[in-house]
Amino acid sequence: MASRGRRPELRGPPELYYDKNEARKYVRNSRMIDVQTKMAERAVELLCVPEDKPCYVLDIGCGTGLSGDYLSDEGHYWVGIDISPAMLDEALDRDTQGDVILGDMGQGIPFKPGTFDACISISAVQWLCNANKKSDIPAKRLYRFFSSLYSVLVRGGRAVLQLYPENSEQLELITTQATRAGFTGGVVVDYPNSAKAKKFYLCLFSGPSTSIPEGLSEDTEEEKPAESTFTAKRIPYRIARRGVVRKSREWVLEKKARRRRQGKEVRPDTQYTGRKRKPRF
Amino acid sequence: MRLLTHNLLSSHVRGVGPRGFPLRLQATEVRINPVEFNPDFIARMIPKVEWAALLEAADTLHLIEVPKEPIQGYEHNEEFLRKMHHVLLEVEVLEGTLQCPESGRLFPITRGIPNMLLSDEETET
Repeated sequence: MASRGRRPELRGPPELYYDKNEARKYVRNSRMIDVQTKMAERAVELLCVPEDKPCYVLDIGCGTGLSGDYLSDEGHYWVGIDISPAMLDEALDRDTQGDVILGDMGQGIPFKPGTFDACISISAVQWLCNANKKSDIPAKRLYRFFSSLYSVLVRGGRAVLQLYPENSEQLELITTQATRAGFTGGVVVDYPNSAKAKKFYLCLFSGPSTSIPEGLSEDTEEEKPAESTFTAKRIPYRIARRGVVRKSREWVLEKKARRRRQGKEVRPDTQYTGRKRKPRF
Repeated sequence: MRLLTHNLLSSHVRGVGPRGFPLRLQATEVRINPVEFNPDFIARMIPKVEWAALLEAADTLHLIEVPKEPIQGYEHNEEFLRKMHHVLLEVEVLEGTLQCPESGRLFPITRGIPNMLLSDEETET
């Protein structure tokens, strides 16, 4: 959750930010629970898993297990990984159905290849973009994360990561590392015109390329963008004009034909059309 | 931490790669938790299970009635699936350690949560 002042990611490392107080907020504050659950719902929707098929899902940055509970409600089995002991303690108290692990996603996901059918993450991946120790290089940590995620997913598995990028450079950094790791996919933006409701979902596929779903928007009758669509109708004519030398006979004949196509009045072509005149002209 | 999770966990210490599996389990506190039986899920996870590691872990925890190997047509054998369900999802390790077979590094388990945090030197780059 973005706070009123600076972004929480700029205040320090996540294991210190998510202390007992913050963890309690995630459990007590009904608005927070509501927002997180809604995002989990949308992430699972974007996963497009077949109905009534229980999957083994990885929850990255599972925290207090809010998103995990939603996964359990949908009949899936899950494993969560989080870096904050305080958040995981709350998850234990809430008696989640999935197992949780204390770990740093930037060090890699410690599972066998092809373990998980799918992966979700709610509001976690942007924490990788800030270096909290002198030895941290965000790009390296991101690549380590994405490459290990690619490995632990089954072939054709999907990952939907909801995140709060600080700016477009950060989003580009993240997507570049994901592409380097072998993922295809794209970013789905819900409510792009609202400052508060805008949400980014990074949808990654580890198999062949599929189309990404459309983002939600406030106006349901979506008008087509105001640009005109490109047609190639005029290209043959352009090519016809490219070869000819200016002022030559062919050029004159082509120009007269063009003007006839435009519907203008043109003199008929005769043996004298475009004839070479004496140098006097 | 359930045995299904233990069976799929692997060590990610630098230089270990595919030899980081399986993690050797030592448990000092174990709990049995009833979980709703879902035959579809168990049937789908059976191919992913590493049997040697599962048998070793079940042995360490002194579990009885553990199938030695997947039997033919296990998808429809409810008794087999129920036994696997009990072993994989209902047995929880609350306190113990996991040991990486290649590097010998110990990962402690407290209150059912394995601590897989690595130091800087141990992290793969």
